[in-house]
Amino acid sequence: MSNLASADWLILIIYCFFALSASLSLRPAMTGGRAFFEAGRVQPAWLCGLAMAFAGLGVQAPVILGMGARFGWASVPFAVLGGVPSLLFLGLVLMPVYYASKARTLPEFLGLRFGGGTRWLAAMLLLVSSAAGAALSLYTMARIFAALHLFDQPMRAAHIAPSWSFAALMVVPAALVLAYVLVGGLAGSIHNHAMQLCVVVAGFLPVVLLGVKQVGWSRVKAAAFSAGAASGNGFGAFALAAVLGLVFSVGFWCADFRVVQTAMTAKDAASARRAPLIAAALWLLLPLLLIVPALVALAMPTPHTAIAVHNENGVIYHEIAVVSPAEEAGRGLVPALSDPATGEPLHAPDGGSRLDSALAAPRALLHFLPVGLLGLGLAALLACAMGGAAASITAFGAVFARDLYRPKNEDDRRTVSAGRWAIVAGILIAFGLACAAFCWQWKLETAALAFTRLNAPLLATILLGAFWRRATGRAALVGLVAGMAVSALPSLPAGIFGALAFFRGPNDLAPGAWATATGFAVTLLVTAAVSLCTVPRAETELTELAHSPAKRRPAKSAWWKRLETLAVVIFLAAIAVSLIFV
Amino acid sequence: MFYDVRISIGMMFTLIGTILTAFGLGSRSHPAFYAKSLGINVNLWWGLVLVVFGVAVLMLGRRGQMEMENSMKKRNKK
Repeated sequence: MSNLASADWLILIIYCFFALSASLSLRPAMTGGRAFFEAGRVQPAWLCGLAMAFAGLGVQAPVILGMGARFGWASVPFAVLGGVPSLLFLGLVLMPVYYASKARTLPEFLGLRFGGGTRWLAAMLLLVSSAAGAALSLYTMARIFAALHLFDQPMRAAHIAPSWSFAALMVVPAALVLAYVLVGGLAGSIHNHAMQLCVVVAGFLPVVLLGVKQVGWSRVKAAAFSAGAASGNGFGAFALAAVLGLVFSVGFWCADFRVVQTAMTAKDAASARRAPLIAAALWLLLPLLLIVPALVALAMPTPHTAIAVHNENGVIYHEIAVVSPAEEAGRGLVPALSDPATGEPLHAPDGGSRLDSALAAPRALLHFLPVGLLGLGLAALLACAMGGAAASITAFGAVFARDLYRPKNEDDRRTVSAGRWAIVAGILIAFGLACAAFCWQWKLETAALAFTRLNAPLLATILLGAFWRRATGRAALVGLVAGMAVSALPSLPAGIFGALAFFRGPNDLAPGAWATATGFAVTLLVTAAVSLCTVPRAETELTELAHSPAKRRPAKSAWWKRLETLAVVIFLAAIAVSLIFV
Repeated sequence: MFYDVRISIGMMFTLIGTILTAFGLGSRSHPAFYAKSLGINVNLWWGLVLVVFGVAVLMLGRRGQMEMENSMKKRNKK
């Protein structure tokens, strides 16, 4: 495999330098807890929107990187029609409630509305899921870099044994994230998200353009239709992909503090409302940057071990291009998953080989970018991992300090230092989890996805709290526990509903989708039922916490300037974008 | 005091774009270099795009920073 030239190293180092400096310049602004955990609540809408879109991309990157090669064309409606409506809903409906409550974290909002128990449960869920999420970000990036063999030479030069190279690959991004989050807090993370977004576009857009130019759009489309688990074509499959996307991601976008925290730093309520809409507009095309290169990689010819014989001035040269069995068993540039013990490619039950789909887009990157631009492409991969880890780790620190630690009298200095220590601990936990996943072949992705699924019951609780004044604290706690229990056991609802004949989804997604949807419904029903048996809070206490139609002022601006119009336009554009392969 | 992050982003892309452009100009006489990218000197062209992008963002950032500082001054006077 190729090695990095000094031009690539130079660009990587420049990116790392600016990632740190964007946060170091914030040092004078870090005057207290409000500046550290909430970025002072003075950020403009465009910055919050950029940061929100990238926080979502970074946290989901381990999934989105593998989606293109796994689900083919269906991954576009899955990602776009899952994300965009969720973001529009967040911006138009939920964000005003969050922002007006003056809560600093989402668990705090639940605490104000429903009391300490719900707050504690939501905070614990967030701690666990963000630690797992940060670990998954670091793990996926290290696995990709190790599989590309780009850093083998410096590793050998530094005398690092191959079994330790994973840890060595994760140390640099983990240390960078730790440094820029410790110095700049959430503001440092948001500034870096904006920068990472630009780097990802600059690194992946040339791959998309070159790849489509070489392979041709029709062959990309053919690869998209023949890919993996996409079941059938036509309207039914399209609608199914969109619905699955929505079920999986609405909880993530609307109720996961890792995403919502970026919009909560906005300077006023109008900016907080606009930020998710800006993020939605960006999300129209952002997933395509990772999905299209993966499809291009599928459409390329599969490399085979071959001997090229050519004759030069009477001398016969034999050139042997050796390709590993895993690559030969793969499709296009995407290698097959191989058994870690034997190195033999693994086979799916139906006889075909199982693709290592997370490698599709990075392989395309390596195939198309020459020395120089390759550095920028690797910086883009690094940015995905760092952005995901940073979003998780800032949420970890803020929720620990604000919702669990809570020093006496809300002492600001002690809160900030608790948050800083929590951030250090969070990175160490994530690093340890990722190392353990390498040592013992843990299924980190499954675990992180399972925790993300638990956002659906949380969203149900938040919706009831925000829109139904009758909902009571005790009911919310009971409902949340019930919903989480149901969605944590995917086999239970899948066994009940999976038998229904009309549901034929990609097999590995179906149980999770049913668990998520059932968890959401169970929380809604249980909370509603228990609420009706318990005593509600006084109306006057809820004015700032619940959505009230009376408070809504009639829109003053003309219809074409209103956010609702913009939301409709973005939604129509999302439908158009998700039809590009149809 | 918070600052406008577009200054950082603009500076970074101007620098990276300049390096890529220079590298692209220097490697113009080595077509083998660009066999990967279909014979297109992508370093040169993408470098130019990034320089334009970087300078534009830098300008926007400087304007934003000045506005931010002016509004801070006004608030302090009050």
